[in-house]
Amino acid sequence: MGDRALSRRGFLAASAAAGLGMTALSGCGGDSDGGSSDGTTTIEWWNISTTEPAHTVWAGLAKKFEAQNPKVKIKITQLENDAYKTKMTSLTASGKLPDIFHTWGGGVLQQQVDAGLVEDLTDKTKPWADGLLSVAKQAYILDDRTYGIPFDIGMIGFWYNKALFKQAGIAEPPTTWSGFLDAVKKLKAKKITPIALAGKEKWPEMYYWAYLAMRTAGLDTLKKANDNKDFTDPGLVQAGQHLKELVELQPFQKGFLGAAYSTPTGQAATMGNGKAAMELMGQWAPSVEADSGKGLGANLGFFPFPAVEGGKGAITEVFGGGGGHALRKGAPQAAFDFLKFFASEATDLELVKKTGTLPILPAAEKALSDPNTKAVQAQLNAATGFQLYLDQAYAPAVGQEVNDSVSALIAGSKSPEQVTQSITKTAKEA
Amino acid sequence: MTSTFLPDKRTGPDVALSSPTATSARRRARRRLAHWLTAVGFQVPALVLFIGLVLLPMLFALYAAFFRWGGFGMPSDYVGGDNFTRLFQDDVFLGDLWRCGVLIVLSLALQLPFALALAVALNQRIRGRAVYRMLFFAPYVLSEAITGVLFSMIFAPDDGLVDHFLGSIGLDGLGGEWFADPSYVMATLFLVMTWKYFGFHMMLYLAGLQSIPAELTEAALIDGAGPWQRFRNVTLPLLAPTLRISVFLSVIGAIQLFDLVWVITQGGPDHHSETMAVTMFQYGFKRYQVGYASAISVVMFGICLVFALAYQRFVLRRDLEGATTNMRGDGK
Repeated sequence: MGDRALSRRGFLAASAAAGLGMTALSGCGGDSDGGSSDGTTTIEWWNISTTEPAHTVWAGLAKKFEAQNPKVKIKITQLENDAYKTKMTSLTASGKLPDIFHTWGGGVLQQQVDAGLVEDLTDKTKPWADGLLSVAKQAYILDDRTYGIPFDIGMIGFWYNKALFKQAGIAEPPTTWSGFLDAVKKLKAKKITPIALAGKEKWPEMYYWAYLAMRTAGLDTLKKANDNKDFTDPGLVQAGQHLKELVELQPFQKGFLGAAYSTPTGQAATMGNGKAAMELMGQWAPSVEADSGKGLGANLGFFPFPAVEGGKGAITEVFGGGGGHALRKGAPQAAFDFLKFFASEATDLELVKKTGTLPILPAAEKALSDPNTKAVQAQLNAATGFQLYLDQAYAPAVGQEVNDSVSALIAGSKSPEQVTQSITKTAKEA
Repeated sequence: MTSTFLPDKRTGPDVALSSPTATSARRRARRRLAHWLTAVGFQVPALVLFIGLVLLPMLFALYAAFFRWGGFGMPSDYVGGDNFTRLFQDDVFLGDLWRCGVLIVLSLALQLPFALALAVALNQRIRGRAVYRMLFFAPYVLSEAITGVLFSMIFAPDDGLVDHFLGSIGLDGLGGEWFADPSYVMATLFLVMTWKYFGFHMMLYLAGLQSIPAELTEAALIDGAGPWQRFRNVTLPLLAPTLRISVFLSVIGAIQLFDLVWVITQGGPDHHSETMAVTMFQYGFKRYQVGYASAISVVMFGICLVFALAYQRFVLRRDLEGATTNMRGDGK
């Protein structure tokens, strides 16, 4: 009898221990070094290529790398953009990142570097990374050290509907801000919605202010403003004033404040269905237009953001960003090898041909065929300056405040001065 | 509950060596210990989960609310009550509180009476009432995200169902500004909320109505009471406990509203439909100002807690004491 009671108690103790043990285990999940007894290394690769064709192409590239390196296994985790950002937040907080992970560079990467979680790639990648396009590498160089290797680079510019421009009697895409405002007026006179905009998502609105700030205040001012946590420079106020000039013409589609970007009623669809003449968007715009709307085909054209008369910036300075990979601190050698493999000419040619990214190697440019993509590439190559997306260049809080304040300016609730004051306030608090 | 599992008598070599009284005292003590161990044993797994996944995060959020903390490593930059001072000077957060109040008032003044009217109607013997009940309850079963996407499309500019319909009967509607105009967005959102949740409250009321004995209504009928009098003097007082629960759930739901808003407007345009939970998410997961976001969550928790306690103390207590109700222990 005594034994039975004892065993029951033993069972209870065991189950209690199991309960405790489970929580303890969950605390150290994923804590493996990837090494195993038979000498193979498993490296974890986290990326955001969840859509086709990139999804398949990337998996194929991983297989190819495994074939070339029989002792290496690659474990791919693919997450949708926002889910990835959220997941990375908690991973960063836990102090343990995947071996290879997607990065946009800039402020978020800086935070991860400051937390001591990211490998410095400068010396180990120098022999082969020097050949990559300089504009593509900018976002991942922090304090002269390299923390990421790009696989894509792009820029924001105006995508326009050639047929609608013709209908409104606009012969050439505008190159100055006043010319641009004239074009908007001409389109409005013909009852054509000049611009499609996703007001709900805010970041497409930020592009306008960012480009105007680059054109009026100049790249240096934008950088200094962030360094000194002071965005009240008169040039930045001017940027807001120019944006206000545009907003006052009421150039955006009906209900734009509630519009998303890529939904069937969003900005890209409005543009892709020919219901608006322009959108300010990145190199991915044509594919999203075709995906969420009908797409414009040969009617689609590209022109750079116009220069502002009397401003410090030039029309050849580009605003954009790309995608890259960073390594966690202490990542195995195989991860470095993979970065080299992924930035090789063969890989880049495949990415450019099959997934529509822009080349990061001059040698891969021959794979471009679409005239619009070529135009974007030409702009990038001729760029005299580069500014990373503000919501990635700056610390997240500041970047979000830029989006938020610019959105308020467009909605009419903040003045150009208040925009700069709000951003300054957030920069000082963050 | 577990004592019946334990053996009544314990024998062993050590027992024989002790005196009878000491033995029985020790037996009792040992039985108590065994009892206690059993209880603890069964509770530990659940307790560990509860403490680890609910209590500790809550306490940690309270702790983090006093730091300027980006979510990396442990909080170290202690700022005292700064986050809270900032919070109550922030127009967006004050707006959140105001909008929360508006939603509560609208819910109580429009949504619940509407649900009650439907419940009373569907409690009559009418043809196909089961079908109606199911139809009206269906929106509640739908996930918030699906509801959000659905209504974004219904209220979309130009191509949206609503504008199409209004156009076809010669009205211009709002020209797609349903969710895009700062002055209409809350009204439209409330419409969606009502669509989503009235079925749930209707079901609660139906359940309450069915527990009202038919004899009472019949007695009132014999006494010559008209339909309104029967509703006012028989149905309503007997339904009161259900109403009180439904009001409680509705208010708590309004305070914590997140998913619908996030999917449809993300709080926009220009914060005009933002709720406390949306602001918290923005700061916690977009701006990485986790300390500040924690402060928001602490305030939300405080509001819910104060409301819940006050409501229990002053409103639900009558139900718990069983004054007029058959709902003792049911729900609260």
